[in-house]
Amino acid sequence: MGIEQKLGNMGVVTTTLEQAVNWSRFRAMWPMLFGLACCAIEMMAAQASSYDLSRFGMELMRASPRQSDLMIVAGRVSRKMAPVLRRLYDQMPEPKWVIAMGDCASCGGVFNNYAILQGVDEVVPVDVYVAGCPPRPEALIHGIVTLHEKVRGEKVKQWAKA
Amino acid sequence: MTQLQEVTLDEIKHLVSDRAITGETMLLNMGPQHPSTHGVLRLLLELDGETVINCLPDIGFLHTGIEKNMEAKTYQKAEVMTDRLDYLNTVGNTLAYCLAVEKLVELDVPLRAQAMRVILAELQRIASHLVWIASSSLDLAAMSVFLYAFREREMILDILEMCSGQRMMTTYIRPGGLWRDVPVEFEGAVRNFIKVFPKRVDEYESLLTRNPLFLDRTLGIGVLTKENALQYGVTGPMLRAAGVKWDLRKDWPYCGYEQYDFDVPTHAEGDVYARYLVRIQEMREALKIVQQALDKLPYGAVRSDSRKFVPPPRSEIGTSMEALIHHFKLWTEGFPAPPGAVYSAVESPRGELGVYLEGDGGPKPYRVHWRTPSYDNLQVMPVLAKGHLVADLIAIIGSIDIVLGDIDR
Amino acid sequence: MNKKLQPIVQALQKDLDAQVDEFRDEVHVSVAPEHILVACQMLRDKFDFELLSTLTAVDYWPEENPRFHVIYQLTSVSRGLSLMLRVPLAGMMPVLPTMTVVYQNANWRERELWDMFGIRFTGHPDLRRILMPSDWEGYPLRKDYPLGYEEPQFTFNFEEIDLRKPYAKG
Repeated sequence: MGIEQKLGNMGVVTTTLEQAVNWSRFRAMWPMLFGLACCAIEMMAAQASSYDLSRFGMELMRASPRQSDLMIVAGRVSRKMAPVLRRLYDQMPEPKWVIAMGDCASCGGVFNNYAILQGVDEVVPVDVYVAGCPPRPEALIHGIVTLHEKVRGEKVKQWAKA
Repeated sequence: MTQLQEVTLDEIKHLVSDRAITGETMLLNMGPQHPSTHGVLRLLLELDGETVINCLPDIGFLHTGIEKNMEAKTYQKAEVMTDRLDYLNTVGNTLAYCLAVEKLVELDVPLRAQAMRVILAELQRIASHLVWIASSSLDLAAMSVFLYAFREREMILDILEMCSGQRMMTTYIRPGGLWRDVPVEFEGAVRNFIKVFPKRVDEYESLLTRNPLFLDRTLGIGVLTKENALQYGVTGPMLRAAGVKWDLRKDWPYCGYEQYDFDVPTHAEGDVYARYLVRIQEMREALKIVQQALDKLPYGAVRSDSRKFVPPPRSEIGTSMEALIHHFKLWTEGFPAPPGAVYSAVESPRGELGVYLEGDGGPKPYRVHWRTPSYDNLQVMPVLAKGHLVADLIAIIGSIDIVLGDIDR
Repeated sequence: MNKKLQPIVQALQKDLDAQVDEFRDEVHVSVAPEHILVACQMLRDKFDFELLSTLTAVDYWPEENPRFHVIYQLTSVSRGLSLMLRVPLAGMMPVLPTMTVVYQNANWRERELWDMFGIRFTGHPDLRRILMPSDWEGYPLRKDYPLGYEEPQFTFNFEEIDLRKPYAKG
């Protein structure tokens, strides 16, 4: 706050580049509609009236991967769906994050068999895992807030890698 | 992980018309990830401009292998997977499974448990229809209905959470009755819901039923004739909207449904609007059943006494040797079922939900097959969609009310 | 047995030499594979069984003869009756005539049986895999197909399984 004290109330805020860019990234992160199974219903409930995701900047869920930066994998991913998931992840522009919502996306959940991927991190790199079967909307919101904290703490060196 | 499935024209030559092969019509992929396919359904559309000539559904993107997985678990442990089939009708799925198991091992269910099962199943029906009206109206761009319907659904999920601790995958209905008795706040919460809900349904109707935009998009679209309906194995509200009065709660009653007085709404036109009217009326009828069941709720036990199948209460284990042995055997081995096969069906919000259960004398089911209603309901969609525009196709898919977990199992 | 079913079951027994079983008040009629199409046509046209509720199969491996039982569950909406037909099939890759000529919803159900069990249906308009990816090998619901179980990671074997797990790279 050094310069503001000297220059007075000019309507100017100074901050670091990291803070500014991270602030713009996590305050308006648009999720991509990737509801697969039961967790999708809880994701819809989190978006709807009682637990409103719009207050976290996620006003819309974009269906197109080109216009979204967060992929919430909500539900079980079967072997037939895995290449589709990877292709959609590749189509998302940087910077992008992935939340694995629910037990099936995190580790295969209740289903340990030939048809279900044991955790979506076999296909895409995951940032936050949210546990629950299905996780309550509050748990999903906690996962989203955790992701916001993670994005807030990102450094310039990490952007250059991505 | 297999490679991405590229379907070449040669493979589906026999399914599309000749104009697709010459290139006159366009083959478009309405992919697994789409905002209005209600799940991971892939549709291959053959389009002439905007008109749909052929529509080929491609399912299997949510195949979970539940039928095979249930063969590897005991009857009690397999019940956990039943919730996750049709994830909007979780109580109904466990009910269908438990009825089949009880039929196979000949287990009785006390009357209080039966009445409570009816109350929960009907509340689940209302919750499922609320999600239907929310998502199909969202597809037709009526977003306020989405927000209102989810508000009511929260009330029902609160009631389910109060009983079982879980909002959706409750596993509250167990073979022999219920897991445990409902808490004291249950009756107050359900009565409050009964008081509040009819006015909310009136609210949805005031927004949609005489809305000229809604009527334009749904009247005369996707007409299902009576003959086609039975030929394609369609059941549930789709069949009733086509004019056939067939409801398993009235025709093959289970869980004491014969004591309750309710109507089965039917319409004759068979279009999207008729299905909408049938489901709205079903919500009101379900509420009537909940009220009657709650008024007539008998006192008594909520789980059968037979210790061979039902674990004893924890308090008994400290004092009785037999109770400890039963508890031990049920938890380590499970209960054996006689060799033989049963087929038992209930009425889910989508149609006839049937379980084919075959036992082999051991503690694990030999074969469990789920006759899920959305599977047959989706088969008739290409017939309904021919000749309509792509926008009408969205309205038709919304009105069929499919749940992909049901289809792909 | 429901009294209304008795004349129907007797007709099946007489004309098609079917075996009748009763279990928990339900009727199971075993029909030979040659007669199943005739049986279903008779049940639909003469006895008003308009609805094919489900079509599924059971694998009795390692018993070779019969290895599979294909189950047709028929419902009569106008009369309120239900009947289960069982067709025993022998061999590794059995063949049955398609039921799509009688009931249209047998289309996808037979595709599922082909996908999951390897039971071929002659005359089917479009026999390809429906639930598994089209290049999958094997028939998952057969008893000799493994479950595909992955060993769960507990604390004592966490690292060794972690090394084997196929994580995605970026």
